[in-house]
Amino acid sequence: MSKPEKFFDENGLRLDGRRVDEIRPMKIEVGVLSRADGSCYLEWGNNKVLAGVFGPRELHPRRMQRPDTAIVRYRYNMAAFSVEDRIRPGPNRRSTEISKVSREAFEPVVMTHLYPSAVIDVFAEVLQADAGTRTAAINAAAIALADAGIPMKGLVSACAVGKVDGKLVLDLGKEEDNYGDADLPVAMTQDGDITLIQMDGNLTQDEFKEAMEMVKVGGKQILEIQREALKSKFSQFKTEEIEEAAVIETPEPDATIDETVGIETEVDESVETDTEVIETEDDNEKVGAVFVEDDANDKEPDENTDDEDVEEGEINE
Amino acid sequence: MSEVMSKLKKDYIYNLLLKGQREDGRAFDEIRDITLETHVIDKAEGSAKVQYGNTQVLVGVKIQVGTPFPDSPDVGVIITSLELNPIASPTFESGPPRENAIEMARVTDRGIRESGAIDLKKLCITRGEEVWMVFIDIHVLNDEGNIINAASLGAIAALMTSIVPAERNGKGEDFMLPVREMPVCISLADIGGELMIDPGRNEETVCETKIMITSNQDGSICAMQKSGEGALSEKQVLQAVTIACEKAAQVREEHLLKI
Repeated sequence: MSKPEKFFDENGLRLDGRRVDEIRPMKIEVGVLSRADGSCYLEWGNNKVLAGVFGPRELHPRRMQRPDTAIVRYRYNMAAFSVEDRIRPGPNRRSTEISKVSREAFEPVVMTHLYPSAVIDVFAEVLQADAGTRTAAINAAAIALADAGIPMKGLVSACAVGKVDGKLVLDLGKEEDNYGDADLPVAMTQDGDITLIQMDGNLTQDEFKEAMEMVKVGGKQILEIQREALKSKFSQFKTEEIEEAAVIETPEPDATIDETVGIETEVDESVETDTEVIETEDDNEKVGAVFVEDDANDKEPDENTDDEDVEEGEINE
Repeated sequence: MSEVMSKLKKDYIYNLLLKGQREDGRAFDEIRDITLETHVIDKAEGSAKVQYGNTQVLVGVKIQVGTPFPDSPDVGVIITSLELNPIASPTFESGPPRENAIEMARVTDRGIRESGAIDLKKLCITRGEEVWMVFIDIHVLNDEGNIINAASLGAIAALMTSIVPAERNGKGEDFMLPVREMPVCISLADIGGELMIDPGRNEETVCETKIMITSNQDGSICAMQKSGEGALSEKQVLQAVTIACEKAAQVREEHLLKI
């Protein structure tokens, strides 16, 4: 990719035809993974991100447990094939930093005190990257957390604002990100509190103020999209259930009640068995073993072309 | 691993802060005494020792010939690493850098890189083949809080005193590293909605959230990062920017401009 000659056409529209304050189209699917407690697939422009939430579940190794609260773990990971030049799989310095700040973007909203000693694991996989993956991942993770039924004070919405050719633009595209003058990703709660803010590039204080105004509007738009996605999943679920019930109802009126009860008992049972499983020694070890493996994978920081060149050197060193 | 502190002490400091007082008697907008010493390591191309109160950081710059990255064949390379040396705190362990150290290194790096402090174009020797690589190594010697501010002040000071060792490498005459900007990073911690500059070690343990802002000579911002478990209001962020730019100018004037 080379630097475009100009970033705006004669009508002031951007390379991909967007207005300066327009975000890329976002598509969200909720509950796409059967094994995760909550999940979300999100496409934002050309970004494709998958988020999965596991937990609250018992935390291993046990020394990491906190007796008064659950901990949140967040893993941001890019697939090797997600960018133009293949990146070595596994965590690197960039992803470690993003994981940290993203976790901290959720800590203010997740009601961790309800689950002492437990862990809530959030995994965000970037399958295709096209500028703004950390914000896309946060948006997906917020939905996955809600889908998992994790009590939260509200959703978290993230959006970046940047400067290109001296002009502030919302939700940077790839060229704008690569050749722009500033990038300011922000995550906020639905009350407008800022839970993640990072910046690089150059902004004057006035530009920064204006950028914050823009990103607030962007965040609100995203919040609406997130809400709609969640509503559509759960209202759809309801309609299906009603339809099913209606079909069964015609031949056999009592079936509806049976089914509802059936579903409820099923849920209860699974919760109970889970608890039992956790209490048995053998299974503890199994769970522990899984995490040890995870840890092993977490070693060996590595490289990623999406980032500054520095990193490669650092690793080579 | 975070610092261990008794609940009693935590409460004491917290309540003190809520009253607008600090453990060491500073005002909320008062930075600890800074001492900056350059040319401390002869073997390094540039070096600086910074004390922020009792926080001590040593920064060394080494410059070597290396190959440029394929996507930027005609510019030099900056590589920043930061080590939380176990000598600096009982809670630091040896081993590869953890997320805290990585974050600090990257925030420092961003300040230097994004401000354009080093004129990287002038560090090209042969396009696509040889460029100067600038290694900024930050050694944390004593952690009494706010390492990041000390580290970034040390980094820019060390760079400003760096000499490119061209003669030793058979590349012509030695020359000063072309530094054209002086980014200064200022950290502010949130305490009950108020902002407190330059948090000390205990204050860092008590306060959940801080924001680091790096600004340039013209008062523009070149890097920023929120760190910690809490949230900040928009008003706080804007306020933080104003304070940080103002204080950065002060630090720059008192320390960097004298080099």
